Amino acid sequence: MITKIVSKNFETENSHTLEVAKQNGAYRSIDEAFTKPSYLIETEISNSGLRGKGGGGAPAGAKWCLATRAREMDNITTSSYLVVNADESEPGTFKDRQILEFDPHLLLEGMILTCYAIGANEAYIYIRGEYKFFAERLNEAIAEAYADGILGNKVKGFDYRVDITVHRGAGAYICGEKSALLESLEGNRGHPRLKPHKPSPEYYFGKPTLVNNVETIATVPFIVNNGAAAYRAYGTEKSPGTLLFGMSGHINNPGIYEMAFGESMQDFIDKIGGGIKNGKKLKAVIPGGASTPVLSAQEVKEARLDYESMKATGSALGTGGMIIMDEDTCMVSALKNLLSFYHHESCGQCTPCREGTAWVDGIIANMLNQKAKKDDIDLLSDISKTMNGKTICVFAPAVAMVIDGFILRFRSEFEAYIEKSLGEAHV
Amino acid sequence: MSFVFNETHEKQFQGLLPRYPHLKALVLPCLWMVQYQEGYISAEAMAYIAQKLDVPQAHLYGVATFYTMFNLEAIPQYHIQVCKTLSCELCGQADIIKSIEEETGLRVNESNALFKLTEVECLGACGGAPMLAVNEDYHENLTPEKTRSLIQRLSQ
Repeated sequence: MITKIVSKNFETENSHTLEVAKQNGAYRSIDEAFTKPSYLIETEISNSGLRGKGGGGAPAGAKWCLATRAREMDNITTSSYLVVNADESEPGTFKDRQILEFDPHLLLEGMILTCYAIGANEAYIYIRGEYKFFAERLNEAIAEAYADGILGNKVKGFDYRVDITVHRGAGAYICGEKSALLESLEGNRGHPRLKPHKPSPEYYFGKPTLVNNVETIATVPFIVNNGAAAYRAYGTEKSPGTLLFGMSGHINNPGIYEMAFGESMQDFIDKIGGGIKNGKKLKAVIPGGASTPVLSAQEVKEARLDYESMKATGSALGTGGMIIMDEDTCMVSALKNLLSFYHHESCGQCTPCREGTAWVDGIIANMLNQKAKKDDIDLLSDISKTMNGKTICVFAPAVAMVIDGFILRFRSEFEAYIEKSLGEAHV
Repeated sequence: MSFVFNETHEKQFQGLLPRYPHLKALVLPCLWMVQYQEGYISAEAMAYIAQKLDVPQAHLYGVATFYTMFNLEAIPQYHIQVCKTLSCELCGQADIIKSIEEETGLRVNESNALFKLTEVECLGACGGAPMLAVNEDYHENLTPEKTRSLIQRLSQ
């Protein structure tokens, strides 16, 4: 089941150093790619069907085109920017840190190729503030690359400049949203921006900018080295390639495993995850980071791990970071945990989100304290409707999906809490 | 104005200047440097940075209060931040909190001369749940025993 593309060097000793990375072939793709026109890389990426691996799964090639076309259309002669999103904060997701820890040079190589492809000279890695260790790893790798002439005014002797800067966030989940990330990178509060109604690139200080996830960019060297067809050989027709899938919670072997898209979720949990802790039965799985609707054990049996199948199952693949819950888990408490997360992390810009997250958090808290009211489930659904699609970014719609997912599949548990509360009140 | 960057941070600041297209982009890096230098971000330091980056002081205050990792008050030497999000909760975060409370005599959100204990949202280490961070160092795959010996080590 395991297919190693991005994670191929993770187990090599000292894989994070330039010396070992070079022995494993790092930076070799640049020699050939830089002698050819830059659009060839973009074409290769488009043909490979590479999809953004930060959760959304949008086609990477199309996103790259936007950044380069916008520069031509706006007659911007200066270079654009590449920003790598390493703000991994989605609960259940801990994959990018593996790349940063074990193969930072793979990311840097991907960034240099991407910069060349989209015509960028400056690139930033926006890393979450808590990842101090990983930021230092990156800075060491970058210093090595500068000293070796791989980064700087002349990349490996070619007449092309690439400068990479690591920029630390300071503890705000919302900065993983690309426009909030850019606001933060500009020195502001991390408030997401309004999006135009047509496809458009992001802008950093008014210049077209490409924002991609760490893992997406780390996949670029493989595609440039081996061609689009080699990448398409893995995965499914619409979700080609691989993803770093993760498992945490009630599972025997928590961790990150790279697999091609389309594998069975049940096999992943049983064979690679080693089954549920303490021999318990599976109750539910949150398939791709907290913001994807929860799946019941029955649905898990049918679920296949690619974007289209997961959507058909009634959830989303998201980041591929699964949270596994055993039969003893109280789903109301689990939802409470997630809702307090969202309540804390809402940036406060839009009213439905700022007020809504606080409200639903309070309702569930009351339920757990046996102070629920008769119509609380309807009220939750009603609030979730008001939060969905009425805000600047997708934070509130995600919360709405989470609430709806829990109520749809585990309604009886919520009803039991309400009955208990009402019973208490009557006594 | 009593705050100025020390030599190391001034050098670091000058090194970062050519990396960004606009002075304002240095707000976060500067706030980090202030926090490393003083342990927290004082009003004087904010005034200093505002002048240095040519932004209003109110803007800096707005930014510093938005991000949870910036301390606006001095805190004890060790800030114990226990992750409380779902994977950690499923894996026994409550026992970790209990062992810290017993070992330090503190409750969540309290501090003494040496420790400050808080619960924080997902630290991105779900595979190593339950986990906590002491200042900026991660401690993963915890058990109550491991947590106790960690606290004892720090107390010495």
